[in-house]
Amino acid sequence: MILFVLCFVLFMIGLYGVILQRNLIKIIIGLAIMEYSVYLFLILIGYVKGGTVPIISDFFENGPFVDPLPQALVLTAIVIGLATKALLLSVAIRLYKHYGTFDIRKMNNLKG
Amino acid sequence: MGSLLPLYIIIPLGTAFLTLIFGRWLHNLGKYLIIPAMLFLTGLTIYFVSQIPQTVVYRVGGFADVLNIPVAIFLVADGLTNILLLIISIVGLLVALYSLSYTKQYTGETKFYALFCLMLAGMYGVVIAGDIFNLFVFLEIASIASYTLVAFGIEKQQLEATFKYQVLGGVSSLIILSAIGFIYWTTGTLNLADIARQLPQVKSFQLFVSVLLIGGFGLKAALVPFHSWLPDAHSSAPSPISAMLSGVLIKAVGAYVIIRLFFNIFQINYQIAMTITVLGTLSMIVGVFLAIGQWDFKRLLAYHSISQMGYVVLGIGIGLLVLATGGQEKVAILAITGGLFHMLNHSIFKALLFLNAGSVEYRTGTRDLKRLGGLAEKMPITSGSSFVASMAISGIPPFNGFFSKVVIIFAAIQAGYYWLAFFAVVVSIVTLASFTKVQKYAFYGELPAKYENVKESPFGMSLSMTILAILCLIMSLLIIPGVREIFLKPAVDVLMDASKYSVKVIGL
Repeated sequence: MILFVLCFVLFMIGLYGVILQRNLIKIIIGLAIMEYSVYLFLILIGYVKGGTVPIISDFFENGPFVDPLPQALVLTAIVIGLATKALLLSVAIRLYKHYGTFDIRKMNNLKG
Repeated sequence: MGSLLPLYIIIPLGTAFLTLIFGRWLHNLGKYLIIPAMLFLTGLTIYFVSQIPQTVVYRVGGFADVLNIPVAIFLVADGLTNILLLIISIVGLLVALYSLSYTKQYTGETKFYALFCLMLAGMYGVVIAGDIFNLFVFLEIASIASYTLVAFGIEKQQLEATFKYQVLGGVSSLIILSAIGFIYWTTGTLNLADIARQLPQVKSFQLFVSVLLIGGFGLKAALVPFHSWLPDAHSSAPSPISAMLSGVLIKAVGAYVIIRLFFNIFQINYQIAMTITVLGTLSMIVGVFLAIGQWDFKRLLAYHSISQMGYVVLGIGIGLLVLATGGQEKVAILAITGGLFHMLNHSIFKALLFLNAGSVEYRTGTRDLKRLGGLAEKMPITSGSSFVASMAISGIPPFNGFFSKVVIIFAAIQAGYYWLAFFAVVVSIVTLASFTKVQKYAFYGELPAKYENVKESPFGMSLSMTILAILCLIMSLLIIPGVREIFLKPAVDVLMDASKYSVKVIGL
């Protein structure tokens, strides 16, 4: 239970970064922290206490297995996360070239 | 017939790669590949619609069920998906035709078409995915392609808009992913039909998951508390992309998923129905009042998108409310028909309006309504088709927007929600006022001297605008009783017998 609470705390730390930070890079880091908390949550769902690798074989103990499906989900989600982070960072670099700063308060062309 | 379903994902993905490969050697040929691909997919969709409405299931990999647990990845097409497939195909085809001339102003044209195909693949995937995690993956494919396309011109404004769009889109994706986690935790399955079967036994987290899903997909559909990214992203993007985003993307990845989840997967419940109705009403009202004060042509249209999506969600919400409170079935049918019909109509006329704005910008170089004027004589096709679209969006008969709005308003009155009907009428009148302004400032009035030499837009652009304008008229035929049975009724049936979805898909 305590682990789920910690996951939630991590999510909130990330959300704090996204909402209250003024620096583009810090916003991206906040988003990344949120993402990791969700991955951890998914892994926790599939975790079985004392579970082993979910492979039926002679070498491993065929005891209680951990659920492999959330792990597959997390692997897919990490790949997606990589693409979004790469895109976000490249946009941040372009914005820096235009404005000479990462400060989001200086970028106010869009209003209304 | 089921084996045709994967083509919806294979063809756009394949075209994306082929476009890039051919574009490397044959600079001008690569981009034309998208036209045959979209023509084929439109034909395929018409074939699907013409079949007797049935649920088509394809199991990727062909794995059979193990102990009544579906293990394959499902692709599902039924009456509701047919509507979305038709929207994506037709608008996608016409926008691609329009882009062929429009993108000549950019370098790296082939990349534009490759990304465009990826976005189409993502949207098709979301619509036909039969399990919730694949839905999420396709959603991300569509989103990442659209983030890139919004910033295609890499100007200051576009970069700023895409950054905002990406951060909010990223947060909504994470909310959706954690909702998927909760669903898997409580039901032990990811298959939509299987989830629908397991959920009645689950008591914990039901409401919480519903709220997470409304938040996540509401952000993608730009319902009002979550709408702040839409006006920036949709007005900064290149015009064909604005037409795709406003016309198709917010429906395929936002509204469609909300409709599917809350009718077919989750049990209908009063609180959720109320939330969806309130969000719809708020979007309808707030969107239109924010739109009145705008002087940027595309920004004004973007705010109207929020407002018109409000109508769609309102119709769906009234349907849910009537079902949840055990009201008359025929009122619910009327409300859902109105919502779905308006979704179809909105994709046509909003895509047309954005293409008009694109033509005006292409020839004059500005989107500021104050600096335009008198273009009606110089650009007759653009002005004529934009007149048709403006009348359609403000609900003037005989254009399609009128019929869908009337159906929604009648449904609201019959269900006893007089205030909602009143708001819908008021919003429609304000919309008319707002589009009268667009017509007056952009196409009538004094022609500024510097626009003396403005010409009509190139052939491809004019052709696609003309076809869309004709579609605005033809679409109104869909509500006639004989024609309604072919197209709208199957979709409504899918939503009305909610419990049959899992039976039809898994076959148990």
